[in-house]
Amino acid sequence: MCGIAGLFLKNPDSEKDLGAMLAPMLETLCGRGPDSAGFAIYDATTPEGTFKVSLYHPDIAFDWQGLANELQARTGQPVKHSVNSTHALFHIAAHEAEIRAVLAEVVADVTIMSLGRRIQIMKETGTPHDVVSRFGVHGMRGSHAIGHTRMATESAVTTAGSHPFSTGRDLCLVHNGSLSNHSRLRKTLQREGIDFRTDNDTEVAAGYLSWRLQQGLTLQEALEASLQDLDGFFTFAVGTAEGFAVLRDPIACKPAVLAETADYVAMASEYRALAGLPGIEHARLWEPEPAVIYNWSRS
Amino acid sequence: MREIDLESTPVRELNRELHDSIAGTWRVLNPRGAHALAVGIHAPLRIEIAGHAGYYCAGMNQEGTVIIEGNVATGVAENMMSGLVHVYGHASQSAGATAHGGLLIIEGDASARCGISMKGVEIVVKGSVGHMSAFMGQAGALVVHGDAGDALGDSLYEAKLFVRGRVASLGADCVEKEMREEHLASLTALLERSGSDADAKDFRRYGSSRKLYNFQGDHASHY
Repeated sequence: MCGIAGLFLKNPDSEKDLGAMLAPMLETLCGRGPDSAGFAIYDATTPEGTFKVSLYHPDIAFDWQGLANELQARTGQPVKHSVNSTHALFHIAAHEAEIRAVLAEVVADVTIMSLGRRIQIMKETGTPHDVVSRFGVHGMRGSHAIGHTRMATESAVTTAGSHPFSTGRDLCLVHNGSLSNHSRLRKTLQREGIDFRTDNDTEVAAGYLSWRLQQGLTLQEALEASLQDLDGFFTFAVGTAEGFAVLRDPIACKPAVLAETADYVAMASEYRALAGLPGIEHARLWEPEPAVIYNWSRS
Repeated sequence: MREIDLESTPVRELNRELHDSIAGTWRVLNPRGAHALAVGIHAPLRIEIAGHAGYYCAGMNQEGTVIIEGNVATGVAENMMSGLVHVYGHASQSAGATAHGGLLIIEGDASARCGISMKGVEIVVKGSVGHMSAFMGQAGALVVHGDAGDALGDSLYEAKLFVRGRVASLGADCVEKEMREEHLASLTALLERSGSDADAKDFRRYGSSRKLYNFQGDHASHY
């Protein structure tokens, strides 16, 4: 069991309230996933050529300023950063490959949680209440977000094993379920050059989507292909720069409820997590069909 | 009538009070999708739930009448023995699972596996049902006013299935059967008890071809 949530605001005036709406959704889903939690928030787009990079280091006292100075020296461009608990958000004006190479060389024990022009992934072990409060989710703003509360069944309870998993620039995945063929698929994807850092089955699904997108498939095509290639149970929520998508496997054992009003689209594993949203009593509520891709986008 | 507001009263307290009662009417406010509402009733009580309910609502019901004025999540009226459960909205998967008796009415749609392993319950769905409905149904009746999803009645025993709309596909060993007078009569009575004005003649009947009842040596190589 795990809990997943997605929230997509149609009305830009509500963007200041995104965190305040998302936080209680994650807290309510504690019953489905008490051991870790995480989320991806999509906010203002960086200027062309600059990336937002969410970085993680387990040491709360890690010298992020030192890293910022080093990155500035290496790239020759000003580097902005802000620290939030074990995570830091950097704005770096450089090519993606250069950013990854410099980080790997300078601080091998720092993990890139996400990279893109809008996305910021943060995740940690602990109850959803603890994680939400540690990162101050209530005060966060943005256009849309996806989140996850984890009850680990496939692999260890670690920060790296928490969701969301990055699947490329501005893309991420959360998952409720378990995949049966992740071990074989991981080997196949490793041969194709996809890196994995955990034994987690969802990381394989994320790697699979990254691989398909690298092949030039659209997100819609990559998700359609996943229905053929992933064996197991899943409800996925996929975050994109402009919105989010939802997909359940054809057996559809893993739950999902969608709610839509004039102001937002919300998705959660259970209605309980939606019950506190404004105007929910007038929302259109439905259960997504098995093997059907639902997609909301601002573009 | 007694009102219980779940904003201030825990679900366990509600259920304890229902278990300790032999008669009466309750109105449950602010359910907000809470799980296990009105489970284990074993007396002719009436419970009205003013909103959406969570998992296993009215599970194991005996003799009670439970009205849900909204949607229900997984497993509404699972293992019901008798009584009435009436959902005014939609039901999620496994509605009426393993239920032995009683009547479950769903005004909206029910999703996958409606009536899975049903053992005598009567389920009337005014909308459509999802895939694998009545899977392993042993006894009772499932009536669907709308459409049925894939693999209806897979591995069916003796449950009777009636569908007015389109059936996406039939499951293993489930076949369409002739609607005889006795079926029209029983279906008409059930529709009437469910407050439906549909005509029994518009439904088709499906049941087990009983070929999976016994192991067949001819098929041994398939296992």
